[in-house]
Amino acid sequence: MSNWLMAGLLFTPLALATTSLLLNFRQGRALAWLGMVLQLLVSVGLRGLVKQEGGFYYSLAGWDAPLGIELRVDGLAVTFLLLTTLVASGCGIHAGIYLKPDKPWQRYFWPLYWFLWAGLNTVWIGGDLFNLYVGLELISLAAVGLVALGGQAEALRAALRYLLAALLGSMAYLLGVALIYGQFGTLSLAEVAHQVRLMDQAELMRPALVLMLVGLALKTALFPLHGWLPPAHGIAKSPVSALLSALVVKASFYIAARIWLEAGEVVATQWMAQLIGALGAAAVIWGSWLAWCQPRLKQVVAYSSVAQIGYLFLLFPLTFGVDASTSLQAQQGITLQVISHALAKSAMFLAAGNLILAVGNNRVDALAGVSHFLPFSLFSFGLAGVSLMGLPPSGGFAAKWMLLQASMASGQWWWILVLVGGGLLSAAYVFRIYRASFLERDEKDHFYHPDRRLEVVAMLLAVASLGLGLAGSQVLSVMALPFEEVQ
Amino acid sequence: MSTPLLYALTGVVLWGIGLLGLVGLRHLLRKLLALNLIGSATFLILVGLAQHHNGPDPVPQALVLTGIVVSIAATALGVVLIRRYFHLTGCTELGNGAEGSKEDRAP
Repeated sequence: MSNWLMAGLLFTPLALATTSLLLNFRQGRALAWLGMVLQLLVSVGLRGLVKQEGGFYYSLAGWDAPLGIELRVDGLAVTFLLLTTLVASGCGIHAGIYLKPDKPWQRYFWPLYWFLWAGLNTVWIGGDLFNLYVGLELISLAAVGLVALGGQAEALRAALRYLLAALLGSMAYLLGVALIYGQFGTLSLAEVAHQVRLMDQAELMRPALVLMLVGLALKTALFPLHGWLPPAHGIAKSPVSALLSALVVKASFYIAARIWLEAGEVVATQWMAQLIGALGAAAVIWGSWLAWCQPRLKQVVAYSSVAQIGYLFLLFPLTFGVDASTSLQAQQGITLQVISHALAKSAMFLAAGNLILAVGNNRVDALAGVSHFLPFSLFSFGLAGVSLMGLPPSGGFAAKWMLLQASMASGQWWWILVLVGGGLLSAAYVFRIYRASFLERDEKDHFYHPDRRLEVVAMLLAVASLGLGLAGSQVLSVMALPFEEVQ
Repeated sequence: MSTPLLYALTGVVLWGIGLLGLVGLRHLLRKLLALNLIGSATFLILVGLAQHHNGPDPVPQALVLTGIVVSIAATALGVVLIRRYFHLTGCTELGNGAEGSKEDRAP
């Protein structure tokens, strides 16, 4: 059973990627719909398997570590696999309608889309440090290709900037991996964590940890290393921006978080944890402020991603040197924040794409009067905004509530200011969009009407992010599924 | 000085040179070459540092092979993007700021 599921999970995206290289856009789209159904079945099946028998290690093709590829399927990985299926399918369906099939370069969308998906799946279940690197690179290269899709000079400039940043980040990470391999002679994350705990001088591993975290922070666009993100996410086609903001930046964060939770307690210092948290806090404030200042709609959403990513890095101080229940609460809060941001931000980018399609212009002030013509998309934008602000009953509220409790339980009250202030600032930039769209202007009285299905996809994702707050405990129960320690 | 340490220190120096080049140089091809240098330095450290059991360890060599494949793919993508960018704009450098107008010198 697990053989078939793992093959479906890893092999199908790669097979679909290579197959759709040979097809045109329409055929690729039909194949993609088939692939989405397959991925849905596989991830739901894996959830059932893990629920029944607990998490497990899986050696690809029967080869054991270190030469073979070791995969670790646990509750958290299954949670992210399900999230990826949901968000990537939404973006894929949107892209199939949004991209016009008459342009010759559009057919390259599907191969890149599937390579991206394969990389994401690899990262969620990757059990050793080197394969995580390969997964990350697969994601980065596919994402850069997606940004450059369409080939305008501005898009290429953003893609090149993104490529250079992403490669530097991966190399810093890989250097850390090389140092760890030199020390321990193993790449398995669990084995490294085990050996670190037995070491006398764990601080010797600090340079490796710092290198990996800096590299991954660059790839996640943590302030002040966020410079590449707004141009890339702002210039890409809307479904691509949605994929990048919702999933791609989360992959590198996921690796950083797993390394931190395995080895951070022993190797790092309180000072490092607080510094990372402070950078996250600065990202929240600075990103929200810049989002408020942007003249173009998609740049507003892109800078809002910088701000929302900042919250994720509160994981580091809130799990360092605290008791187990507080740490668990912080982990659950951050997981909810990752999921709710992925849903809300993909909904927001898709809705923004629909709005831009309707007014034919990227500027915020061009939205005047669009509230009469496209209330549905504007409503999706607002619902996603509610989750970003962290108002009840959205997923963002549930996440921030748990983080708030974790901050208080660990006595780090200063993060509460960030959580509350960040919510107010995100309200400011969401309402700025609303204000622009409710203004009346005489000269413009006809708008292009995008396909109704485009609006439905954005709405479904927005409703999911809103409903996450109500279903939070069910989502967290998947994450907490037991894991059988066999190795 | 032991051999693994010598390899590692050389790698670190190369890494530093590459990083300086990536940050300091403005021509895109040079930036890409600097990244390649960083990549090679990383591979050198990966292979050189792991010499525990009376001789080289085969696992990092297998890893570096994979790493080289990844690095070739990345370089190829970079070169294609740079070439296309040059055809469209005549620039060989990224401008300052994302929205800045393109006043870069043509080569």
